[in-house]
Amino acid sequence: MTAVATCGRRCAMMSIVLAAASGALFGVGLLISGMTQPAKVVGFLDVTGAWDPSLAFVIGGAITVYSVLFRLTGRRSDPWLDLKFHLPTRNDVDLSLIAGAAVFGIGWGLGGLCPGPGLVAAASGSLPALAFVAAMIVGMLVQHRTPALAPDHHFGRSPPGGAVSRVAGGAG
Amino acid sequence: MPSSWLFALVGGALIGAAGSLLFLTHGRIAGISGVLGSLLPPVARDRGWRIAFMGGLLAVGLIGGLVSPTMIGASVRSLPIVIVAGLLVGFGTRMGSGCTSGHGVCGLSRLSVRSLVAVATFMTTGAVTASLVGGAL
Repeated sequence: MTAVATCGRRCAMMSIVLAAASGALFGVGLLISGMTQPAKVVGFLDVTGAWDPSLAFVIGGAITVYSVLFRLTGRRSDPWLDLKFHLPTRNDVDLSLIAGAAVFGIGWGLGGLCPGPGLVAAASGSLPALAFVAAMIVGMLVQHRTPALAPDHHFGRSPPGGAVSRVAGGAG
Repeated sequence: MPSSWLFALVGGALIGAAGSLLFLTHGRIAGISGVLGSLLPPVARDRGWRIAFMGGLLAVGLIGGLVSPTMIGASVRSLPIVIVAGLLVGFGTRMGSGCTSGHGVCGLSRLSVRSLVAVATFMTTGAVTASLVGGAL
């Protein structure tokens, strides 16, 4: 049960509106930052050519803002529209984490798109980006169907605990 | 070029603000691969906010493409390579529990050791791949 359930339809509407606003703001940030331009991303990752360091400022700006606001929010006992915060709790560095991140990095360096910018570019009607997103979804489905590798945080299972729900995995 | 650094900084700050908004309102980590991946089977029970978040993101892409097409860059690779890249990104982000947003922005801000390892790993393999491939494909 969530706080939405306790305050009815108005909160359910607020939940949808604010999640959509967050997604929209995220998209605007991606567009402005240059992350939706594969040439810039590859120019940042390719350190042998004319290196373009500007994308380091994207992560710098994002972390600066998020780390402050995340901590301020964390002083609350709960978020506005849910009964608890949902944070990843695993702190073991396992092979899946490293191998998965390595595979993701190869794909990112190859195409110059990560998931968010890929989705934004696809929504703009870019055919290569649509192909990228379709392939990305297939890749996700294949991963989910590989039992030994399937993410272990599926889902809706609420482990017992305090104000902070412990969801293993799932940082992004 | 200073202006592109400024755009990167402002865009990054907006990304951080968007993630903060989702955490304040929903108590959730704004990781795109996680939000999307949990809408694929086996589907998460809390679909509403995920669909809404994705809807906002996609709406901006749609509008952005109409208003300022130059913000959406052309692909730098041929279609088969783009498809391979997509497969690797989809598989890898789910296996590694996150992408640039969940690990890179939220995880590093939270000082998560797992995210630090993930970011160091995907930045390294991304840089090696882009440097080896360069403009070749």
